[in-house]
Amino acid sequence: MRESDLHFFIDSTLNYFEEVTREKAQTGIPYLKSVDPVVLDYTGIIGISGKRKGSIYITASHKMLEYLAQIILKQSYVSNTDIKDLIGEIANTISGNVRQAYGSDFMISVPVVVEGHAKDITMPDDFQAFVIPITWKSYQSFLVVCLE
Amino acid sequence: MGQPTKLMIVDDSSIIRKLIQNYLNEYNIEIVGEAGDGKSAVELFKQLRPDIVTMDIVMPEMDGLSVIDEIRKIDSSIKIMVVTALSDKSTGIEAIKRGAKSYVIKPFTPDKLKHAFSKLLQ
Repeated sequence: MRESDLHFFIDSTLNYFEEVTREKAQTGIPYLKSVDPVVLDYTGIIGISGKRKGSIYITASHKMLEYLAQIILKQSYVSNTDIKDLIGEIANTISGNVRQAYGSDFMISVPVVVEGHAKDITMPDDFQAFVIPITWKSYQSFLVVCLE
Repeated sequence: MGQPTKLMIVDDSSIIRKLIQNYLNEYNIEIVGEAGDGKSAVELFKQLRPDIVTMDIVMPEMDGLSVIDEIRKIDSSIKIMVVTALSDKSTGIEAIKRGAKSYVIKPFTPDKLKHAFSKLLQ
């Protein structure tokens, strides 16, 4: 994985928050994922195939997703289904938008959503996984990118 | 005000389906149906015969490009607006080649969606 790969994902993530909420998010310094789990309340996972192989996931707290869904839908009550759907849609949008850089051979799967604190999300063993911390308002979430 | 335009929304995300509905509610439209996967979209299209379809591309069961092919076999004049996260040029060109009339990249603002939808109504 190259440094430019991380930049594509960072740009895509920042663009998502700015377009959807009109408020910028910040990303922290990416780091190599260790054995320590990086999992919050909800996780949206996308498998990557084609020219590049691997997977990405974004994980966020219930509170952050609830607030984000309230802003997006302009309603005070959002259901658990909306929250689960939202994390999948964020993962889909971030990974779909990087095709501007990678082209159509960068194939993305439909999102898989994991609810609750899993022990960890397993990434392909053969490739390095990088964690990109994301801060939006006072909430922290993480994007994990693992590409060959 | 004339007959409302019959709209069908196809997207595997319920949030996106709600958002499209919210953003387009100022138009004289009737949401006749929603589908969350490609196969259901084709079946629903046969029953409902909408005037306009918004179409996601990455979906379970059948992708949006294949759905476009199937529903254009049923109605070649159907107006299709693709709404997708896939931002590469070649997918956009492919969708237009297959008969989509406009292409909106997620994430979208209300203005971006309305602009594309207004062009479709002309």
